[in-house]
Amino acid sequence: MSGTVLSLRGITKTFGAVAALTAIDLDVRRGEVVAVVGDNGAGKSTLVKILSGVHAATEGTITFEGRQVTIAGPADAHALGIATVFQDLALCENLNVIENLFLGQELGPYRLDDVAMEVRSWELLRQLSAKIPSVRTPIASLSGGQRQTVAIARSLLADPKVVILDEPTAALGVAQTAEVLGLIRRLREQGLGVIMISHNMADVKAVADTVAVLRLGRNNGVFAADEVSEEEIVAAITGATQNAIGNASGNAIGNVSGNTGGLRS
Amino acid sequence: MSTPTDLLDERLIGRAGVRGAAEGMLDRVRSGDLGVLPVVIGLLVIGTVFQLLNPIFLSSTNLVNLTLELVPVGVMALGVVCVLLVGQIDLSVGSAGGLTSAVMAVLFVSKGMPAVVAVLAALALGAVIGWIYGQILNRFGVPSFVITMAGLLGLLGVQLYVLGAQGSINLPFDSSLVAFAQLAFLPPWLSYALVVVAAVWLFLSGHLHARRRRRAGLSARSVNLLLARSAALLVGVGAVVWYLNQTRGVGWMFVLFLGLVLVMHYVLSRTRFGKSMYAVGGNAEAARRAGINVKAVYTSVFVLCSTFAAVGGVLAAARLAAVNQASGGGDVNLNAIAAAVIGGTSLFGGRGTAFAALLGIVVIQAISSGLTLLNLDSSFRFMVTGAVLLLAVAVDSVARRSRVSHGRA
Ligand SMILES: Nc1ncnc2c1ncn2[C@@H]1O[C@H](COP(=O)(O)OP(=O)(O)OP(=O)(O)O)[C@@H](O)[C@H]1O
Ligand SMILES: [Mg+2]
Repeated sequence: MSGTVLSLRGITKTFGAVAALTAIDLDVRRGEVVAVVGDNGAGKSTLVKILSGVHAATEGTITFEGRQVTIAGPADAHALGIATVFQDLALCENLNVIENLFLGQELGPYRLDDVAMEVRSWELLRQLSAKIPSVRTPIASLSGGQRQTVAIARSLLADPKVVILDEPTAALGVAQTAEVLGLIRRLREQGLGVIMISHNMADVKAVADTVAVLRLGRNNGVFAADEVSEEEIVAAITGATQNAIGNASGNAIGNVSGNTGGLRS
Repeated sequence: MSTPTDLLDERLIGRAGVRGAAEGMLDRVRSGDLGVLPVVIGLLVIGTVFQLLNPIFLSSTNLVNLTLELVPVGVMALGVVCVLLVGQIDLSVGSAGGLTSAVMAVLFVSKGMPAVVAVLAALALGAVIGWIYGQILNRFGVPSFVITMAGLLGLLGVQLYVLGAQGSINLPFDSSLVAFAQLAFLPPWLSYALVVVAAVWLFLSGHLHARRRRRAGLSARSVNLLLARSAALLVGVGAVVWYLNQTRGVGWMFVLFLGLVLVMHYVLSRTRFGKSMYAVGGNAEAARRAGINVKAVYTSVFVLCSTFAAVGGVLAAARLAAVNQASGGGDVNLNAIAAAVIGGTSLFGGRGTAFAALLGIVVIQAISSGLTLLNLDSSFRFMVTGAVLLLAVAVDSVARRSRVSHGRA
């Protein structure tokens, strides 16, 4: 466990009567791509939001680089070096591409260095092979995939240690998907921890080292990507198998009963 | 020379120089990004109509008067622009100005304190009012509409209490405050010098910026375009200043207002704080996730707005040489908001500039002055200002819809 950069233990999150996550364990090592998969509503985005400080976990501990940390807000996550691409992208439509990329971390707080920011923006976008005609147009006039590229570019701006991507390729074309997957590989080579959420098994198999399955808010197996078949992952997602390897945290029996019990009163 | 980095995309339609800038502007207007166009058209219409009805309207004397009359509410509108930018509203700027000016008058006249102390106390009180608004908004999530509506009434109550039974305090005519607001004008040479400095500065800063961009491999404005822009400023503003100088000239109070507008323009467009205001107004949740302290932004903006309201209140008192129960009442609240909106600040948040306050208040004050010249009483003024506000909001809404359909929302 020497290379573990981020480690979650017993993370639970309830929204009122809904238990979105129950006793989730997850480990991310340096230079490892962990794919988190699961059906719609399995709790993937909720997990992402806890790690990025959008929501606070109801229970459980987060260990980052060997220290137990509390992520009370987005600023804490940024300070730790956790960068996130949200499923809903979280961009400001009224601002242009540069302003969105540098939002909250503008160069020259009292005298913005717009030239340096524009140059850096083009660098980042070129690195992602982004097809964005102008960085001075408001985000509202970009296509879905272009917006997604902007959101991804933003996560790379501040040299993060862990990058979390919530369905990064969902809206992307063929070339950009390949580019994002290539980027994920490069991040791994640079020794970053990457958490990737995806519904696309081909993408998962292409880049992930480890596949963690969530089912109805619980761990439902952690697999080494090169030892598991697509069928096995799908079976774990749909609940045909339970807990293939390790992580016997509280969901050993009856995921079906477990999930009806998800609605606590 | 190779193509600049930002113009590499083959879909970009090449546009260069003065002509290209004009075409780009036309495009923006078509897609609902109206900018200052409605205001300019509005001013032309107002100017023509009132001049036809009463030839005094565009006289130098009347225009000098207009530049002074518009300052107090204009400063308040500057604060309203900030609040609207973050997607909130302040309905109580008039009352805040009234109360703070009453406190200023009590300290200055009744307690005999130095003018500076009295004014600073008024500004501090303004800041405290805004801070309280921000706290209520952040802690209890009460809509700012309701908070400031309560403030509107509550502050007026305190104002009446502070003024006491006699209800009115006169400021001595020989005081520095009153002199500043009524008698202080720039000597003509200084007014022309300032115009020249502004034009040269506009060109130089533009030129240095363009050079930095070119060195970084980005496209930049051509020297011709920059020269044309500076020349337009020189001739346009120079002509106005010349015309004002035919009678009393440019008031220091108006220069103060222009200075505040320029400072706010810098803050909004060139600082991190300014960008975070736009971000909060555009998508507060996205701003929060980007690590911006949204609550701190709200609080500082309300503090800013109420402080501007206090400045406006003090200037109004100085202009009138008195504070009374009606100070900051009547249509002041709505005029400040109307000015911000008419000038192009969106009520939907995240859109607008500091110049909106200047342009908007010129429109409002022009209407008010024109109607006064026609001997029409405040009944007409209220009706016309109401109609103009409605028109401005309608234009804002239509433009927004057009932006949505053109993908620029
Ligand atoms: N803010 C919230 N308030 C209440 N319930 C929520 C909230 N956010 C998420 N949930 C609930 O938590 C559960 C998990 O949602 P989540 O968005 O994490 O799913 P997901 O795995 O990302 O799904 P998808 O694949 O559709 O993106 C859902 O049942 C959802 O309704
Ligand atoms: Mg999701």
